[in-house]
Amino acid sequence: MKKTVTAFAAVAAAALVSTSLVAPASAGPVLDKVTGKGFVQCGVSQGVPGFSNPDTSGNWSGVDVDVCRAVAAALFGDATKVKYTPLSSKERFTALQSGEIDMLSRNTTWTLVRDTALGLNFAGVNYYDGQGFMVRKSLGVKSALELDGASVCTNLGTTTELNLSDYFRANGMKFKGVFFEKADEVIAAYDAGRCDVYTTDQSALAAQRTKLKNPSEHMVLPEIISKEPLGPVVSHGDDQWFDIVKWSLNVMIEAEEYGITSKNIDELKATSKNPAIRRMLAVEGDTGKNLGLGKNWSYNIIKQVGNYGESFARNLGPTTKINLPRGLNQLWSKGGIMYAPPVR
Amino acid sequence: MAAENITIAESEPPKIALWNDPQARALFFQIIVLGGLIFCGGFIVNNTMENLARQGIASGFGFLKTTAGFAIGYSPFLEYSEENTYFRALVVGLLNTILVAGIGVFFATVIGFIVGVARLSNNWLIAKIALVYIEILRNIPLLLQIFVWYFGVLRSLPGPSQSASVADSIFINNRGMFAPKPVFEDGFSVIVIAFLVAVFAIIFLKKWAKNRQDETGRIFPVFWASFGMLIAFPLLAATVTKFPMIWEPTALKGFNFHGGMEIPPELVALTLALSTYTAAFIAEIVRAGITSVNKGQTEASYALGLRPGPTLRLVIIPQALRVIIPPLTSQYLNLTKNSSLAAAIAYPDIVLVFGGTVLMQTGQAIEIISIIMGFYLLVSLLISMFMNWYNSKMALVER
Repeated sequence: MKKTVTAFAAVAAAALVSTSLVAPASAGPVLDKVTGKGFVQCGVSQGVPGFSNPDTSGNWSGVDVDVCRAVAAALFGDATKVKYTPLSSKERFTALQSGEIDMLSRNTTWTLVRDTALGLNFAGVNYYDGQGFMVRKSLGVKSALELDGASVCTNLGTTTELNLSDYFRANGMKFKGVFFEKADEVIAAYDAGRCDVYTTDQSALAAQRTKLKNPSEHMVLPEIISKEPLGPVVSHGDDQWFDIVKWSLNVMIEAEEYGITSKNIDELKATSKNPAIRRMLAVEGDTGKNLGLGKNWSYNIIKQVGNYGESFARNLGPTTKINLPRGLNQLWSKGGIMYAPPVR
Repeated sequence: MAAENITIAESEPPKIALWNDPQARALFFQIIVLGGLIFCGGFIVNNTMENLARQGIASGFGFLKTTAGFAIGYSPFLEYSEENTYFRALVVGLLNTILVAGIGVFFATVIGFIVGVARLSNNWLIAKIALVYIEILRNIPLLLQIFVWYFGVLRSLPGPSQSASVADSIFINNRGMFAPKPVFEDGFSVIVIAFLVAVFAIIFLKKWAKNRQDETGRIFPVFWASFGMLIAFPLLAATVTKFPMIWEPTALKGFNFHGGMEIPPELVALTLALSTYTAAFIAEIVRAGITSVNKGQTEASYALGLRPGPTLRLVIIPQALRVIIPPLTSQYLNLTKNSSLAAAIAYPDIVLVFGGTVLMQTGQAIEIISIIMGFYLLVSLLISMFMNWYNSKMALVER
């Protein structure tokens, strides 16, 4: 009899616990949660240099990480109030849907299915990318069209995997796919000779190439076979949170357009006569009120994280090992397509 | 029971309040617990559905009919291309899991029995080698062993153009092992029929030999006769039908070998790791089983005049099996479930194909994970069912 009673108590306790787990249906559940705990839980990659990569002491850096930091700066006035969750390509959306992370900033391609059926919202684009191929120079291949019958290594569960199938089918070629869950295993298998070709977004190719035993023995083929707009993602159900993430990114891009950097921001704030700059730095008006943020939200982002150009130069620019050209990611006014709606 | 009947017959049963009646009370609490469980289950399902709907996440199993659009690296049993549906991709993954589990169970059993018997050997060196094997393999995490086999083997193998070859027909390189594939032509069914005839003949022969031994005491060499029939019957049929089978050769074309049979390094590494790891546990189970048989059994058997070979085969092993089979079943189940680590080294099993790529594309985590869970449950239950049947056949028949 005692056993039965204990079992009953356990069931009752379980029922109580699960009642308290019901997600509240009120507006802004994610924002409430984030402000409540005092930091942003940000989903990042398991290590893609230049995008999101931890250093030897565990500090994360990269252009994707900077978006997380910008959101923290806007919300808390402190860009360090971020905790990072490294995720594989397979885990990332489930982590976001289940609320384990508040936002995902992990070189993730914006597609229709992800934006709709997965219950997610893309808050803009922080890197315009395209899929490329890397091969050994010793193969003597000059174009991706010569790759018929090759073994190809890549990450599973990515748009890369699908583009690869589409490209080979469209060109009447065959390939043998070897799909790994983690990027590190893909590069290790490619380095060990398991595959002739390593394919992923061009930016990631450049970044992962630095991990090869002998990077100079490999080359990236000229073909770019897809559009890969990469950006931060939030889940459906909290429009205010979505707005905050979206405009944190937009401020970084617009700041570059107006020449506001983390270095000259105090000087510009004091002296600038340009109304757009004065609005953005909250000298005139208060854009933060509309987002439910403090007045200095945009100032904090630019001061602590920097503008988009600074972030790019710091993580991917010529002074880094990765050394990617701005290309498409140059501002629209300078020949690229990086463009933010006006912050006003 | 009897005592109770007597008291009832002699006096009026004392009135018991319903809440003091043990039976009523037990029933009451059982109903409450059951109700609580149903409520919890229903609550969880309902809560999930509501949350999914609120976040606008698609649900239902309709996605299985959609075109997959992605490639699968290895599908030895089933034709698969990007135009096929998610359902077919599921079947491919499922078959690949069964393949690796099947091969793994076979080799784990063979290696496990050999190492287990070696562990009990009177030869000091053999016993110690078996001991070292067991202690090393079962104390290192399986995932690490898989990586060691995979990357260790990969790095030591040459590229496709420098393949190691056996008689210029079997090639080994870092893309796998490539061998000619037998292609069956008309008339091959005759050979299959001949083989089946041999199997039936063996069953019949076994019964006849047993009856004869019971009646006359003379032993018929059933094993060698069966072995001979299994080879001779199909061979005879093949000669009559003039070998209706050709070998499809494999050859290096461009980057890779094409045609013939392919065994990818992922499959080799995974089966090696799974079977050597599980074999270490099986070896200990076998040792436990054999030592559980009383030494008196051996002595009694010798006293009856049986030689050591028949003693082991007819007296020790049948008794040891009763102890071995139940834990052996658990090891088979473990091996099957451990095969899901395949995802780490790109072997396209059900977890990698369905729980990886398909899950990513459709985002329907709940449906997909339930299908995978259902599959593992079904396979595990089937294995248990078979092993339980085998166990009851082997169990001590008490007279």
